[in-house]
Amino acid sequence: MNEPVRVQKDFTNAPLCLSGKGVTKVFGFGDKKTVAVDHVDFEFHEGEFVSIVGESGSGKTTLSKMLLGLSNATEGEIFFQGKPRDISSGHKKKEYWKGIQAIFQDPFSSFNTFQKIDTVLLDCINMRGGKGLSKQEKFNMMSDACHFVNLEFKELTNKYPFELSGGQMQRLMIARIFLLKPKILLADEPTSMVDACSRATILDMLLNLRDEIGMTVIFITHDIGLAYYISDSVYIMEHGKFVEYGKADEVILHPQAAYTKRLISDVPKIHEEWDLSTVDLHA
Amino acid sequence: MKNTIRQVFHSPKFVGGFVIFVAILLTMFIYPLFNPGNPLQQIGVGTFAKPGTYVSLYDATKTTPETFRLPEADENRLAASLSDEDRVAMVEYFTAMGIDISDLDTGDTDTLLQMWEDNYDPSVRPKGMTGARVNYFKRLNNSLQDLKGGDTIIIAEEGEDGALVESKSISTTDYVRTGAVANVKTLPLGTDNFGRDVLKELVSATGTSIGIGLLAGIVATLIGLTFGLLAGYLGGFVDDFIMFITNIFTVIPGFVLLILISYSIGQEQRGAAVVATVIGLTGWTWTARSVRSQVISLRNRDHVNLSKLSGHSLLRIILTDILPYIASYVVMAFILQVSSGILAEAQLSLLGLGPRTTEVPTLGLMMNWAMLYSAHTNGSWWAYFPVILVITLISFSLNLMNTGLDQVFNPTLRD
Amino acid sequence: MGKVMLEVRNLKTKYVTRFHEDVYAVDGVSFTIEEGKSLGIAGESGCGKSTLALSMMGYYFPPLHYMSGDIIIDGQNISGMDPDTVRKTILGSEIAYIPQAAMNALNPTQKIIRFLEDVIHAHDPKKTKKEIREMAEARFAEVGLPLDALDKHAVELSGGMKQRTVIAVSTILNPKVLIADEPSSALDVTSQKLVIKMMRELMEKGHVKSMLFITHELPLLYNVTDDIMVMYAGQIVEKGTAREMVFDPVHPYSHGLMGSILVPEEGTRGHKLAAIPGAPPNLKNPPDGCRFAERCKYATADCRYTSIPEKPFGEGRMYRCLKGLDELKEVYSHE
Repeated sequence: MNEPVRVQKDFTNAPLCLSGKGVTKVFGFGDKKTVAVDHVDFEFHEGEFVSIVGESGSGKTTLSKMLLGLSNATEGEIFFQGKPRDISSGHKKKEYWKGIQAIFQDPFSSFNTFQKIDTVLLDCINMRGGKGLSKQEKFNMMSDACHFVNLEFKELTNKYPFELSGGQMQRLMIARIFLLKPKILLADEPTSMVDACSRATILDMLLNLRDEIGMTVIFITHDIGLAYYISDSVYIMEHGKFVEYGKADEVILHPQAAYTKRLISDVPKIHEEWDLSTVDLHA
Repeated sequence: MKNTIRQVFHSPKFVGGFVIFVAILLTMFIYPLFNPGNPLQQIGVGTFAKPGTYVSLYDATKTTPETFRLPEADENRLAASLSDEDRVAMVEYFTAMGIDISDLDTGDTDTLLQMWEDNYDPSVRPKGMTGARVNYFKRLNNSLQDLKGGDTIIIAEEGEDGALVESKSISTTDYVRTGAVANVKTLPLGTDNFGRDVLKELVSATGTSIGIGLLAGIVATLIGLTFGLLAGYLGGFVDDFIMFITNIFTVIPGFVLLILISYSIGQEQRGAAVVATVIGLTGWTWTARSVRSQVISLRNRDHVNLSKLSGHSLLRIILTDILPYIASYVVMAFILQVSSGILAEAQLSLLGLGPRTTEVPTLGLMMNWAMLYSAHTNGSWWAYFPVILVITLISFSLNLMNTGLDQVFNPTLRD
Repeated sequence: MGKVMLEVRNLKTKYVTRFHEDVYAVDGVSFTIEEGKSLGIAGESGCGKSTLALSMMGYYFPPLHYMSGDIIIDGQNISGMDPDTVRKTILGSEIAYIPQAAMNALNPTQKIIRFLEDVIHAHDPKKTKKEIREMAEARFAEVGLPLDALDKHAVELSGGMKQRTVIAVSTILNPKVLIADEPSSALDVTSQKLVIKMMRELMEKGHVKSMLFITHELPLLYNVTDDIMVMYAGQIVEKGTAREMVFDPVHPYSHGLMGSILVPEEGTRGHKLAAIPGAPPNLKNPPDGCRFAERCKYATADCRYTSIPEKPFGEGRMYRCLKGLDELKEVYSHE
């Protein structure tokens, strides 16, 4: 392997983009009560690439829904650009959603299968106040966006998203973000359903896009190797709580929490022995 | 879209149902062109004329005849006039005379008459037979001889002096061509109790019933769809409220509700459209329930979340992100609603709660009339059986289309 | 050389779509697995690796159709056999198959012991329930599954436990070949490790004689199997030992795949990943020449039109590329 092309930047002094205090989500009542997210605090800085790592059932998807404002927190407060986030009315929600966008896990369910790709992209331009632009200008913008994700817009016109492969669809999602230029992008396991080759392409594009428009990326994943490769800081989540967080290098190369250590040792590796002897089938 | 239609027409079940339904629709539109006029016009004075071709007797006598000497003519005439009662009586006579009748077939007019000729002896009085009975056999014998002989029918007209003058005689060998007779009426399904042409009435009734089914289907689907979409997408209080109403409607048996509403509207107010609307108003519950459950599974899909994040309005999300996904399902539900609407009309009318009887015939009303005038007990099958057949065909074809669509749209049923 | 457990010779199978178009999903695949060895198949989605698994089991139910080639399990050729006969006589005893998301395939209304009874009765109807229970208990104890799981329903078990139960059930008849298609992809890393450990143990104890492991996770293959082959568009493009394939890939496609490995190890952070642009070809009309040419950085005009044979080299290695070994090494060294 060659020298790293990306150096770790320090974001501790960057202004806060999204932060939370004691954010909690409880489902159900009484005996059936489950605490999905349990009093978590977090600080995401502007331009930072943050990963939230956890196994299934750790509450990371519930947290992401709250961050997006698609569901309300039972307790605690979320701050957007330093001010308490207000999404109490439909109008205020729309205002908030102008600053945050998402890419979801399953590309096949992320697109409306009845809308052509042109419609999807045109919609993004209109949302950014590009309604009055000329046809040629809109076409150029869409071509640029597609070019950014290595797709040819001319070949995509009049096509439907389901005619593309899973990897191409996720790239189209990134093209959407390229047009929308949000403050925050929440990516919920965007590569868990595409194969290893497309995964690399998509991750590189996400990193480039972050550099291009300087947004904060909140990357939710169960793959700690991927989190290490891509992020500036990492939050490790277990049973609705953050057990460890910090800079990616520190957390993953020198883990402190027992859970983080176990997660890392359980991933099959290339340069060091994957220790199967610690696994006790009869436990 | 194009591909979907191609797939739909690849399904044999759908194509089968579609062909039957289109054939019914075509008949509905084409038949009145050949046979125009009011389908409720009473053409017959009596009730339940049998299906067949009717030749005007008056015009036939006025038509110049041809002469044919057909060998089987006498026998046919005899066979047609020899009643079942006569045949039984003849057998009774043979038995009384002690003749072996073990291989006699009473349907075989030829042999029967031959045996009668050979064995009847007016001078012999069989043992134990009453005088009246003996005389009956004498009369039977005479009438048989008359039929055989074939007397000429003489038509007489009143002359100038008031006396009857022979104007025409019709012999047994005279024939007229049906085409030459001025008035010939073919009634493929005879007439009903009011003397109306059943086929004409049936074609018109099929149209009305399909119309009622369509209107009922549209009403039910619209209400069910609106309620289902709102309850499923908005959730919370709206969902609870709509489901409360839906549950009430589900718990009360729909047909009882239908009867009560129809009854309270009153005979005078009940046109075909009103009945259709009432049927639609009572049949939307399961469309609402199933649309709701589909929407609930859709509303948490990522593309809906993305649409929300894009700031789209509620109406737009429902119309562009939800409705297209359940469209195929709604079409299938609609087809079933049409089919059940037609059946509901038939049931209501059978109970006398259908559309008022003076304007249009419906399939249900035809059955109602046939039942009121005991068509089923006096053997007038043509008054009700074709109606049942048409109802069966319509709902069979609609259900077949629905099953075909289900196979195309529901991936778990694909082969 | 150990005894050959599974040999596949020039296997070709196809799918027939709803509109009667042929899709050549497995196109001339050959390989062997010896006793006690495991072979991994890597490749991106749609490359035909799952179809290869189905084809090897003789699972030819529409739309999958057998075309040509041989599948020989411990000397017995099962190619061209009636799929129902294969299911009755081969599956379970000769070949065991663990499909993707197998844990969701358990009928929720039946207890685990019933699945075991089904599997065993299909091959030996005379076994009594008591004998079956003894067999099952012995095996469950050996692989560390709780014995009370036998009398539970599938829904009462956790995801990882379900997957391990499925493996225990399908290998109860000691098959000669175990085909596992992404057995751990839907699981968390911790459960994944348990599943792998259990499969390893089954092989070490000789209950399973050989294994074919299909996944797109290369680090997993590297740690689990002896040999790896890389599949692309229905064909094998490279074959070698796990170590050779990860540290010395030859074919440009394998080279690209290995470049996309992400593991939490020092040094992987911040490097540019070797991404492969484009999408695999449509297998309705596979290209005449190299199938990877369309996406290959090093492809020339010749690559597109020359049909390329499998080129053996080294100790049992093979690759399928027009370029020579030295030529490829030379190109890679410039990156």
